[in-house]
Amino acid sequence: MEKILVGLKRVVDYNVRVRVKNDGSGIETDGVKMSINPFDEIALEEALRIKERGEASEVIVMSVGPGEAQQQLRTGLAMGADRAILVESDGPVDPLSIARIFKTIIDRDGIDLVLMGKQAIDNDNSQTPQMLAAIWGRPQATFASQIDTNGDKASVIREVDAGLEKVEIDLPAVISVDLRLNEPRYVKLPDIMKAKKKPLEQIALSDMGVDTGPTIRELTFEPPVERARGVIVDDVAGLIAALKDKGLA
Amino acid sequence: MSKILVIAEHDGSALNPSVAKVVACAATIDAAEIDVVVLASDAGVIAQQASQIDSVSRVLTVERTENSHAISAVLAPQIVAMAGDYSHVFGPSTTFGKDLMPQIAALLGINQVSDIMSIEGSHTFKRPIYAGSGLLTVEAPTDATVVGTVRIASFASASSGNSASIENADSSVEVPAHTRFVELTSAKSDRPDLQTSAKVVSGGRALASEDNFELIYTLADKMGAAVGASRAAVDAGYVPNELQVGQTGKIIAPNLYIAIGISGAIQHLTGIKDAGTIVAINKDEEAPIFEVADIGLVADLFTAVPELTEALD
Repeated sequence: MEKILVGLKRVVDYNVRVRVKNDGSGIETDGVKMSINPFDEIALEEALRIKERGEASEVIVMSVGPGEAQQQLRTGLAMGADRAILVESDGPVDPLSIARIFKTIIDRDGIDLVLMGKQAIDNDNSQTPQMLAAIWGRPQATFASQIDTNGDKASVIREVDAGLEKVEIDLPAVISVDLRLNEPRYVKLPDIMKAKKKPLEQIALSDMGVDTGPTIRELTFEPPVERARGVIVDDVAGLIAALKDKGLA
Repeated sequence: MSKILVIAEHDGSALNPSVAKVVACAATIDAAEIDVVVLASDAGVIAQQASQIDSVSRVLTVERTENSHAISAVLAPQIVAMAGDYSHVFGPSTTFGKDLMPQIAALLGINQVSDIMSIEGSHTFKRPIYAGSGLLTVEAPTDATVVGTVRIASFASASSGNSASIENADSSVEVPAHTRFVELTSAKSDRPDLQTSAKVVSGGRALASEDNFELIYTLADKMGAAVGASRAAVDAGYVPNELQVGQTGKIIAPNLYIAIGISGAIQHLTGIKDAGTIVAINKDEEAPIFEVADIGLVADLFTAVPELTEALD
């Protein structure tokens, strides 16, 4: 296998307690810490490990998003990716268009394996990898917790509701990764310096020639209904009494 | 008028309980006509079960050997071939539906509405974002089919007692062979199913070992409850992955949820916010789980849980 393409999405850091704007127009993102979507970071770590095992020769990181997503791509380069591609868009881009943009790059660069996080922690859509596999007409293995590549095949263990499912897929393919696949490496300072010299290609969304198609309109944002804080009981006897009160014991 | 196709999740021999919830969601769309499609190698029993769900008009069966395991690249083109007759195509927001439904949407050239938690209109839906920290109302285009996954914890199962007609819808659509099922490993258990059980007892990192998780199993068995776990407990290897509750595990809505030694990270809380009553037992009175618990007990689980198990009759 030669080339692995990894999707990196710029999202609000997972430690940030996200708030809906008071006027319901969106999520408060001003001055909020942004990071690589944690699932995508796991995807990149896996790509790097496959390359370090000598089973791939190039790892490319790619993002579709605002100019600031260069920060996340630079972090990806510092982790060890060879080059980066940013398809720049001012506004949000829907999952199907992102899949089509990835497909365009796959056709241009000749990709053997695409690794992506199983979902982005902002919109929680969990769509882009599956959509990419569908329009590419290639296999997918979602929610991967173990990946073994072997020539033109990969054996993947998937975390599904019923347990662990093992599938065998032909390459090229799309694999979406789950949390227990690996523990991403920390970036070291010299690697950050080195990453500044690695190529980062910028392409305007309008130059991609991708038909964005009918999209889903976002109407209003609202905060969730909070659960009211309940009672604190003193001991197990109090707990059982409280359960009996509710007819639960 | 809306005509809705529901994709039946099953394990090859029985219908998954998620289907009755997806039907319940679909039935909240005014005047909807609902068909359920069963793609299997042998659809017999599964189709029978689907035909009993109220609000279902017809059960369609697509039987072929390639459908013996749910491989999305195999199922999606068969569903797309029949999707033209429908205004909506719905599946559950389980790993089955999450894997399959975006493929159907992409092949139809549209985006998907993920995790529908309520129907606001035939093309307007509410869904959670940011692990449930926000709720977003979206509108899908009215001139295209709507493909959506249904957040099953948001809906009570449709009642049963129906006897919808079962019709053969076999297709000869070409399907790929590039993806092959090898095996499924699951921890066999006679306990109630985590996703549908009315009672769930969950353990977290504070259990500190696989052996100590026996405390959770013992309490759950005494209560007739399913067993769940936090991500930390699964990561630590105390329990298998299928027990994980939360943003990246199962989203559940039992009548009673007992969280033991679980601190309550937002990613966990998003998996239980529809529970009827949440009970938390934790040594740390500052644990965020107490902010959502209806009944909280600040105590060492290693003394409180055996005491609770003993006292319940």
